Amino acid sequence: MEIDPFIFRLSIFILSIFIGYYVVWSVTPSLHTPLMSVTNAISSVIIVGAIIAGLAGNSESIFNTSSIFGFLAISLAAINIFGGFLVTQRMLQMYKKKKKVK
Amino acid sequence: MSANLSAIFYLISGVLFILALRGLSSPETSRQGNLFGIIGMVIAITVTFLSIGNFSIGFFYVFFFLLIGGSIGAFIAYKIPMTAMPELVAGFHSLVGLAAVFVAISAFLNPEAFNLGSSGNIKLGSLIEMSIGAVVGAITFSGSIIAFLKLQGIMSGAPITFKGQHPLNALILFSIIVLTYLLCSTQSSHFFWILLAVSFLIGFLLIVPIGGADMPVVISMLNSYSGWAAAGIGFTLENSALIITGALVGSSGAILSYIMCKGMNRSFFNVILGGFGATEQSGASGSKEQRPVKNGNAEDAAFLMKNASSVIIVPGYGMAVAQAQHALREMVDTLKKNDIKVSYAIHPVAGRMPGHMNVLLAEANVPYDEVFELEEINNDFANADVAFVIGANDVTNPAAKTDPQSPIYGMPVLDVEKCKSVLFVKRSLSPGYAGIDNDLFYKENTLMLFADAKKMTEEITKNL
Repeated sequence: MEIDPFIFRLSIFILSIFIGYYVVWSVTPSLHTPLMSVTNAISSVIIVGAIIAGLAGNSESIFNTSSIFGFLAISLAAINIFGGFLVTQRMLQMYKKKKKVK
Repeated sequence: MSANLSAIFYLISGVLFILALRGLSSPETSRQGNLFGIIGMVIAITVTFLSIGNFSIGFFYVFFFLLIGGSIGAFIAYKIPMTAMPELVAGFHSLVGLAAVFVAISAFLNPEAFNLGSSGNIKLGSLIEMSIGAVVGAITFSGSIIAFLKLQGIMSGAPITFKGQHPLNALILFSIIVLTYLLCSTQSSHFFWILLAVSFLIGFLLIVPIGGADMPVVISMLNSYSGWAAAGIGFTLENSALIITGALVGSSGAILSYIMCKGMNRSFFNVILGGFGATEQSGASGSKEQRPVKNGNAEDAAFLMKNASSVIIVPGYGMAVAQAQHALREMVDTLKKNDIKVSYAIHPVAGRMPGHMNVLLAEANVPYDEVFELEEINNDFANADVAFVIGANDVTNPAAKTDPQSPIYGMPVLDVEKCKSVLFVKRSLSPGYAGIDNDLFYKENTLMLFADAKKMTEEITKNL
């Protein structure tokens, strides 16, 4: 009997939760704010679904209800991707080793 | 591009996201981690384009909307002051939630495009996954909007409670399950829209009763939700990058909520059920009596610190409100010139989000190796000469250790009272968020400095 592909995805999901658990516990508390902003950015990989949705309209009508929601989702996710990574970058720049004040 | 090849690339971007979080284990590797995250995102987006293949006019629109969103995001990222980080993160969460809802709507209306069956005849498994993604996404969206409004001060930070709140919430949660069942058995779009509306409503109702200072928990919790929403959509789209990321973000947010709850010695349910602060205040105000405090000025504070050999600084949300972090750093620089050892003590729930104070201090160029967590530094208070408490209150309250009647009893606190002398910068004697008096104010060795945190630190620097 063949195994439903859903089971494989579920396995990826469960194992990733464990990876997340151990990786996040090792994050130093002083970087918890950048952690939140970067998780924000990466969870916007949902843009993958938005792009598929946006391109689902046929060539005669690019805009149908379904694709409009896709395009909107692209913009929302893009705000998060650019905003999230850049603001994280900005914060992490501030954590550079500084020369001691004499 | 073949489906197998793109699946492998999605897996690679998932791995890069794991490395992005791994990098945050130390400030040295964190920037590299962020770079991994960006590469992972570029790979995921590129592969999606390539796998769709037929380059139509639609691509133009995809880039157009990508560019609009991207420029807004970049603009916000450069403009936002570090003190507003909690609002920003709450706002970003709401966008992830809404994007998840939109993708789910899109998939529901046009399942062929996602290979999920045909309209009105969507595969059962996909429909369930889609509903979960949409429901969690909607809750994330409306919950984050409320969190954003509360943090921004547009909406009062006070918990809003009303009679029958919990039964109502329970009823709505139950109706979500019923509606999902009805949606799956009838495939009717009516149920889909009602389900979305009800989910938006419950997100709103869940966050409204939670008070302002519980925001660290709320933000972490919504962070977690945004992850689960992404994972739900990931299952629908059969996309491993989304599933991996969703799981990572989901567990990350959950761990942060746990750390925050522990920092307040409260159970997760206690926070979620809300109303903290509102109920306590009535009891505390009855027993209020005028007790004498020692009132000082900048000169006294400067004198005390000049004669100290070690000073520990305890920053709190008040420092963020007054934007005093730069003034504080200048004061510390002057202290260091006088060979006074200075370190910073940060309570896990100081500020309005996890790590809030660390970012503000980093912004003010405070080296991160002078900044310590509660467990690392708590024993040092006994040996320090001066504790300088700026904008913090409840996290220093000794009642948490001594008074079993106190609502914050059992919460880990900084042992500020063990210092030889304590300087308390505060605008007034008003109790902190928990609505309880702080015994520290009335101690023999405490000097109260009633002023705006920024002005006071500037004045002290002048007097040093």
